[in-house]
Amino acid sequence: MEKNIGIVQTEYLDVKEELILQSGKTLPEYTVAYETYGELSEAKDNAILVSHALTGDAHAAGKNAEADSKFGWWNEMIGPDKAFDTNKYFVISSNILGGCSGTTGPSSFKPNSNERYGLDFPVITIEDTIEVQKKLLDYLGVKKVIVAGGSMGGMQALEWSIKYPECVCACIVIASTSKLSAQSIAFNAVGRNAILSDPNFNNGNYYDSQKQPERGLAIARMVGHITYLCEDAMQNKFARRFQNKDKPDFDFNVDFQVESYLEHQGQVFVDRFDANSYLYITKAVDLYDAAQGVYSLDETFKKTKAKFLVMSFTTDWLFPTAQSKEIVNALIKAQKDVSFCEIESPCGHDAFLLEFETQTKIIKSFLGEHG
Amino acid sequence: MDKYGQSNGLRLNYSIITDIIDEGAKVLDLGCGDGTLLAKLVKEKLVKGIGVEINQDSVIASLEKGLSIIQGDIDAGLKEFGDREYDWVLLNQTLQTTEKSDYVIDEMLRVGKKVVVSFPNFAYWKIRFHLFFMGKMPKSKVLPFSWYDTPNIHLLTVNDFYDFCKKREIKILKSVFMTKANVKTNFVTRFFSNFFAEEVIFVISK
Repeated sequence: MEKNIGIVQTEYLDVKEELILQSGKTLPEYTVAYETYGELSEAKDNAILVSHALTGDAHAAGKNAEADSKFGWWNEMIGPDKAFDTNKYFVISSNILGGCSGTTGPSSFKPNSNERYGLDFPVITIEDTIEVQKKLLDYLGVKKVIVAGGSMGGMQALEWSIKYPECVCACIVIASTSKLSAQSIAFNAVGRNAILSDPNFNNGNYYDSQKQPERGLAIARMVGHITYLCEDAMQNKFARRFQNKDKPDFDFNVDFQVESYLEHQGQVFVDRFDANSYLYITKAVDLYDAAQGVYSLDETFKKTKAKFLVMSFTTDWLFPTAQSKEIVNALIKAQKDVSFCEIESPCGHDAFLLEFETQTKIIKSFLGEHG
Repeated sequence: MDKYGQSNGLRLNYSIITDIIDEGAKVLDLGCGDGTLLAKLVKEKLVKGIGVEINQDSVIASLEKGLSIIQGDIDAGLKEFGDREYDWVLLNQTLQTTEKSDYVIDEMLRVGKKVVVSFPNFAYWKIRFHLFFMGKMPKSKVLPFSWYDTPNIHLLTVNDFYDFCKKREIKILKSVFMTKANVKTNFVTRFFSNFFAEEVIFVISK
């Protein structure tokens, strides 16, 4: 019987050690927020590290309190007998460096100071975020790990397999890419511009102000949401229906349901996310190139030792199947053990957070021999 | 029963192909279905294998066997695979279901040093008799479908395949002719093989 994980607490690891970033800058110390589900085996070889997407957090499964209305972001995938079976595996989820849900980011206080980083926070990369996760895994005593993630989390999984080939025995990359296309960077750029040009942004120093860059952040989220859905999904959900009216008002307030939906998504997001974090994390995603712009992708994969599973979704146009296939083809060329599935779904990029049944079947059969 | 409704003779087919493949070879199995043959090759011949399959349930069944498997349509070509990258490319019981069969064969010969291709022989005497006397599209255990729902869109005969290879300068290295449970590697003439073989396995190369 599939069951949910019960109540879990987010934990915090304080690392009193300098982190040298890819840019050459440093963070003197940092905190990692994380949750774990299941038990680490004696051999310390049954760990799965799941990495969240752009705006996720460490809370991947279960509830933090009985009264919570929602479960963690990948609750359907993590738990007893689920895709990531906590009867067998020790599942770890951490908040990304630069985030705003417990791990050090621009909204954190500088060490020994009551001043927040704001834009003094150094620009981080996906590679940097891996170092932070590695610290956490070392702390937890994990020797071998299966890495998995969707979207940005998939990039992190991929980077793990490249950076720590000895550690990673299996790598699951879902709805992701080895590098963003110009189009995807463009969408992120619009989002960042919306934040940067918000009159309340104040060069990132808005934390102690009454006025927050809410409008900018909301617009960034709206743009993002358009890319997470797809034309059919939007058409089916909203078509050209009006929002609580029969005819337009001939002004610039909300007429259509789709406008109201985006407004709502923007508003909800502002309550839980930090505008500076959005800048830093989208930048990290934009900068990521598994081949570092120098090597060919298959050359990059030569040193990997993991068994790979790559999955894409038919209607995902943010990280389309062709980008997953690019990873797969490079792995084939590098003579690596790779499997690939393209899952039929009407849900666009969001499918990795919605299509649980097929994903579960595929992941379970892929992990079979590891379990 | 596999996806083409076959079960009879499949085991025989699998062991013949397993005998053909050399130990430790690099194998690409196109249209590998649930991966039974590839898993057998990995187990018995220690091959380094990868499968390509279009049907998702079959992909999952192959994953369950611990195989490396790519979901994809072989009619779209084998672009992800480099020239002569595999010792063997297999197209078992799938040729007649491909849309661009000639292109698929070209691609296999590009990617593989040797190619194994098997198909039901449409000139098998029972099929001829069926068409001759019944006047309807033949059905058999090997070809169980009706004309309107069959995946077998490019049915061919042993003689058609000989002609095809001759025209394209493809070498036939080995041929195995099968009836229900018998294997013949040396029919006296081509006529006999074309008439009596229900299913045929060819090893070809460029």
